[in-house]
Amino acid sequence: MKPAPFEYAAPTDLAEALALLDRYGDEAKVLAGGQSLMPLMNLRLARPRALIDINRLSTLASIASDPQGGLNIGGLVRQRTVERSSQVHVAHPLLAAAMPLIGHFQIRNRGTIGGSMVHADPAAELPAVAIALRAEFVLRSTRQERIVPAGAFFVSYLTTAIQPTELLTEIRLPAWIPGTGWAIEEVCRRTGDFALVGAVALVRLDGRAACQEARLTLFGVGGTPVRIPKAEDRLRGHALDDRALGEVARIVSEELQPDTDLHASAEYRKEVGGAIARRALQAALLRANGGTRV
Amino acid sequence: MSTHRTIAVIVNGHTYERPVEVRRTLADFLRDDLGLTGTHLGCEHGVCGACTILLDGEAVRSCLMLAVQADGATLMTVEGLAQGDQLHPLQQAFQAQHALQCGFCTPGFLMTAYAFLKETPAPTEAQVRDAISGNICRCTGYLPIIQAILKDRG
Repeated sequence: MKPAPFEYAAPTDLAEALALLDRYGDEAKVLAGGQSLMPLMNLRLARPRALIDINRLSTLASIASDPQGGLNIGGLVRQRTVERSSQVHVAHPLLAAAMPLIGHFQIRNRGTIGGSMVHADPAAELPAVAIALRAEFVLRSTRQERIVPAGAFFVSYLTTAIQPTELLTEIRLPAWIPGTGWAIEEVCRRTGDFALVGAVALVRLDGRAACQEARLTLFGVGGTPVRIPKAEDRLRGHALDDRALGEVARIVSEELQPDTDLHASAEYRKEVGGAIARRALQAALLRANGGTRV
Repeated sequence: MSTHRTIAVIVNGHTYERPVEVRRTLADFLRDDLGLTGTHLGCEHGVCGACTILLDGEAVRSCLMLAVQADGATLMTVEGLAQGDQLHPLQQAFQAQHALQCGFCTPGFLMTAYAFLKETPAPTEAQVRDAISGNICRCTGYLPIIQAILKDRG
């Protein structure tokens, strides 16, 4: 056997799942798509006493539009379902575009939106997209429901604001603002790998083609995805010309404080972070101007 | 909460009912409990793709699922491709293109390609390359595999 022994339950309703979480607390792990947890258990790096399999909670597996035009995505929705959803492609094109960058299609067939968020790998695409889109996370326990904004949800490496007795039941995305230019870019060694460095850019232009708002989120560069407010400030109210983008690339490189690891040095990540931020902004600008991908 | 369960699955058209320890992976269940050793295990943590099977029609890593999670599911493994002695056209294409040498990774590539071609019957070479990016082969250099999958399209 690969995993160490554990007790297993596969509740079919949410109340039952929450009661089990309440009973086992931090001795339990929630099994969703299993694409990160199962490797950890097979290697016995994770040895939970109890495994609460939420795959039979069908109420968490749907995508719904809210009356304001936002999207409510159940925590158990498979990444592949989002990738194939015409509803998501229309309502949230950036989220749809991020999907093929996650692992491989066999991984996305099982991997869930909620699982990737809660696992919170700093080099993963979905947490960065959630921060860029100002997503909200609905956390349920037997005692309460609370809503945590993405900016407060991701705390550190593989660490979120979720408590051991809580379950991420839904991810809420505010309505997409028409005319917003967007892009997600990443550098990785091979297709499907986690990014060495990635960038998500959102750009809105005012009537005179100057930047009304820019949002820049980098990932793979520290414990959590990071916004770069200094770069965003530099762009607001200005034309996104070569000079501005060049300055932004320099600002991003200066602002990032990545670590060196086996995959890349801190210096490399700073350098590439600036370059990829610029590339993402250029692609977003093109879309904001009504063009398609470069 | 339990540590053992009895599960029922349909694999390649046959129904099996077996008691399992809950920590048994689906891959080990197929190989050791059902004797379907065509599904291979390489890395056992979701990187190599050798254990790819179809779960309710979708390609998945069988090393990253527990057998209990497949209770009630319909599975297809590499043993389900051929009809008796008649190899599946995809297997014939692999043979014709020399898309295997040692053959260890082949079950995973076949099941990946089978699922991919069902959804994308006339792929471009770039789409094939992307589809097999989650499977590792150390013998062929991939080009014969890509050719085999392109030959089998339609």
